Amino acid sequence: MTTASAVVADDSEIQKKVADVRPDSWWHLPATTTVLGAVALVLFGLRGIPGAESSFALARDGDLNPLGIVPEQITVPSIGTAIALAVIALVASAGLWVLHARVARPRPAARISLIAVFAAAWILAFMTWVISERALDVATLLQGTLALAVPLAFGALSGVLSERSGVINIAIEGQLLFGAFGAALVGSLAGSAWVGLLAAPVMALVMGALLALFAVGYRVQQIIVGVVLNVLAIGITSFFFGTVMRQNPGMFNSPMRLPTLRIPVLADIPVIGRVLFEQNVLVYLMWIIVAVLTVALFRTRWGLRVRAVGEHPRAADTVGIAVNRTRWINVLLGSAVAGLGGATLTIGTGVAFGEEMSAGKGYIALAAMILGRYHPIGALLAALTFAFADSLQLRLGTTSAAEGGVAIPGDFLLMLPYVVALFAVAGVVGRVRVPAANGTPYVKQ
Amino acid sequence: MKLELRGITKTFGSFVANDAIDLVVEPGEIHSLLGENGAGKSTLMNVLYGLYRPDGGEIVIDGAAVSFSDPGDAMAAGIGMVHQHFMLVPVFTVAENMVLGHEPTRGGLLDLGAARTLVREISARFGFDLDPDALVENLPVGAQQRVEIIKALSRSAEVLVLDEPTAVLTPQETDELMAIMRQLRDEGTSIVFITHKLREVKAVSDRITVIRRGTVVGQADPSADQADLAGLMVGRQVSLAQDKAEATLGEIALQVTDLQVTDAAGIRTLDGVSFEVRHGEVLAIAGVQGNGQTELSEALLGLQETVHGSARLESRELVGRSTKQVLDAGVGFVPEDRTHDALVPDFTVAENLVLDQHDRAPFGTALAMSPKAVRENAEKLIPEFDVRTESAVSAVSTLSGGNQQKVVMARALNRELALLIASQPTRGVDVGSIEFLHRRLLDERDKGTPVVIVSTELDEVVQLADRIAVMYRGAILGIVPGDEDRDVLGLMMAGYTAEAAREAVAAGARTTDSQLADEGEIV
Repeated sequence: MTTASAVVADDSEIQKKVADVRPDSWWHLPATTTVLGAVALVLFGLRGIPGAESSFALARDGDLNPLGIVPEQITVPSIGTAIALAVIALVASAGLWVLHARVARPRPAARISLIAVFAAAWILAFMTWVISERALDVATLLQGTLALAVPLAFGALSGVLSERSGVINIAIEGQLLFGAFGAALVGSLAGSAWVGLLAAPVMALVMGALLALFAVGYRVQQIIVGVVLNVLAIGITSFFFGTVMRQNPGMFNSPMRLPTLRIPVLADIPVIGRVLFEQNVLVYLMWIIVAVLTVALFRTRWGLRVRAVGEHPRAADTVGIAVNRTRWINVLLGSAVAGLGGATLTIGTGVAFGEEMSAGKGYIALAAMILGRYHPIGALLAALTFAFADSLQLRLGTTSAAEGGVAIPGDFLLMLPYVVALFAVAGVVGRVRVPAANGTPYVKQ
Repeated sequence: MKLELRGITKTFGSFVANDAIDLVVEPGEIHSLLGENGAGKSTLMNVLYGLYRPDGGEIVIDGAAVSFSDPGDAMAAGIGMVHQHFMLVPVFTVAENMVLGHEPTRGGLLDLGAARTLVREISARFGFDLDPDALVENLPVGAQQRVEIIKALSRSAEVLVLDEPTAVLTPQETDELMAIMRQLRDEGTSIVFITHKLREVKAVSDRITVIRRGTVVGQADPSADQADLAGLMVGRQVSLAQDKAEATLGEIALQVTDLQVTDAAGIRTLDGVSFEVRHGEVLAIAGVQGNGQTELSEALLGLQETVHGSARLESRELVGRSTKQVLDAGVGFVPEDRTHDALVPDFTVAENLVLDQHDRAPFGTALAMSPKAVRENAEKLIPEFDVRTESAVSAVSTLSGGNQQKVVMARALNRELALLIASQPTRGVDVGSIEFLHRRLLDERDKGTPVVIVSTELDEVVQLADRIAVMYRGAILGIVPGDEDRDVLGLMMAGYTAEAAREAVAAGARTTDSQLADEGEIV
């Protein structure tokens, strides 16, 4: 047969040649940060209120604070601090210019650390300026952040579950709304928030089942199904809200609240104690689900199969994995998780159900999922980012109205979370790797 | 394990893909299934693998009838398959792909350590050098195919079906694959080898079954004459070699200098390519698929985002111009992916025939189209290119693949061209039509048009080229004369420079293919 054959089979990875030319858009990022840094320097620093001071409240009386390591309050001169922070931000921008000027393709680690320094300095400068002549309770800000992040995180996890298996989940909004509705209605009927907690995921399953039925079963265009389901969820809940709930709120829609579970000692740690260890069961559940889902998706047989179904369903099918059953299960699981997020809006915060109370959180959750790169931990971090913007907006909105200092129109502040979401998602889209079969129905011949 | 297919029938609507096919695969034999594209080979194997439900007939294993409702059943029965389009998840590692569907676990978690060991064990047995932790998307196509093979073997397949496995390989890699097939056979695995390449069938088979239009038309012995096999496969006598007149070279028409393409992630997909094409010359771009050929042809057409370098057609720069300007400069283009890039499936044949000229005289102006001119054009081209269609106003999607390709070629050749770029001009086309389309390409050359042909089929390259440029990982390794030794070309496709390849061949690195040719066994 073959006499002397040269070895030609090459099993080693292809070393991709990275171009040594800059992308044409290389200057966009450093230019943006420089402009923002300059704005911070002028607006927050040079044009600040002369002689004003900004205070950040950190520790409280009774906190576990041996020897007062953590000061109760830090007070700094507004203008000086803002200028210093703005200069730091500008230095980080300069670093980005240098980085991009010297190498065509800078290492992501160096780039991201500079961006992080810039963002932190810029936000602190902004806060220093806004709270001139006032005080900001940092612990409350963070606690608000976490509280606002919970529904977003649950929603984003719902998206991760469903989109990793290849089904686009625009219906998170509807799932949240149904969860909130179910928790309020059933909890109210049973007279127990705990029963409401059980009812929320079950109620949201209805949305999940409809999504799976149309998207997986009938292969309808998934974005359209999702949007229609959101409208349906608003319609149904508004109908019941306007009829039975309004006629007999005591019976069908009385506000109730899951008890706050305080973990002794740990909750007394200054600043972060209350944030992490004095929350209701939903918050703890969120941590658990993020951890479990991370392990399950990337370390178990189930996760490998789910990801295979989302990336290359036919390959999954050829090794005996039931593609559409996997998708059904994941959409249902996802909707149940989103239902818990909905429960946060009613029984988690102690308010009665209100019309359209999810108010676009489902879409922000979707953005968090994309920004989080379809990873549970990423989704959580993204949810926290958006929630921080929201929480800041709430804190500033309540303080600036009452006292003096810098007044920003409330409407601008309300935009804050959405502006952050828009920029964050626009910045990563194109870099995020979407599951290859996401949105494509699987047809077996 | 003895596998029998008895009277398998599979229909899609009114189309009979498999008509009462009988096939017996004895234990430990390499059984080739020979047939043209669309003859029904893949359909038959998908029935065997549980992907399609047969409309009639039965599958018998060791004397007992079995029925498969999904691939899981087929695998459990000991049938493994290496698909033509790899069934691998690109973002998974080799180990993850191998164990998908039968994952080893420890304490509830994936046991990737066990998977890695298994990859190394099977790799060692066949002399593969697969890294269990390499991402499949970063591997060359040949290595991806070996991942598919170990995936089937890891499930202890007793019958291994290889569906057109050599389409993505260099001749030398094909030889290595054949050695693996023989080794497997000697260990007792039966192999069903699906192909339309006569040379390979003769080199490796124990038995040959020929399929045409969904039915078995005959059994053959590997010693059978190649022309007879071809006749059996096509249903009439075909001339396998095209006689080609000597090229009459003119001035340099296209001068490409240091052309570079960078993708969105900053990866250099085309790396400093330079060549020139003269009037009346065919330059063939050879190479295994995915080595930058797509980027090259698209860069010339203005379809790539970030292009540096220069491509001058009659001293007019093409780089930086829009696709429309390039087409207006007289460039005819046949895209490699017919269904995605070349045709609008729901448009009629007549409309598809003027897609790139619809806004130009005589077919239309900037505002309106002239239906009469479009119709007359179709009435002229359909008989000229022998497009088998019900009418000029049938949707192009109702045509067979070969006839769709004729539509694309007719459109490209239907005007005075300054340059013709044809990617995979005969992919998925039956042997008879290949002859015709090759003739048309050579006629175009003889009219004095510079022609660039991108093809992964070495047969086609050798058939048409006056000069051959071999591409490897985004660069041109060398440009050699059109009558270069096939073994040299094969080695160049695997990354050898022309000199190194010639040395290796001189030292005796021959393929089965060229040896059979020397012995007069094949043409």
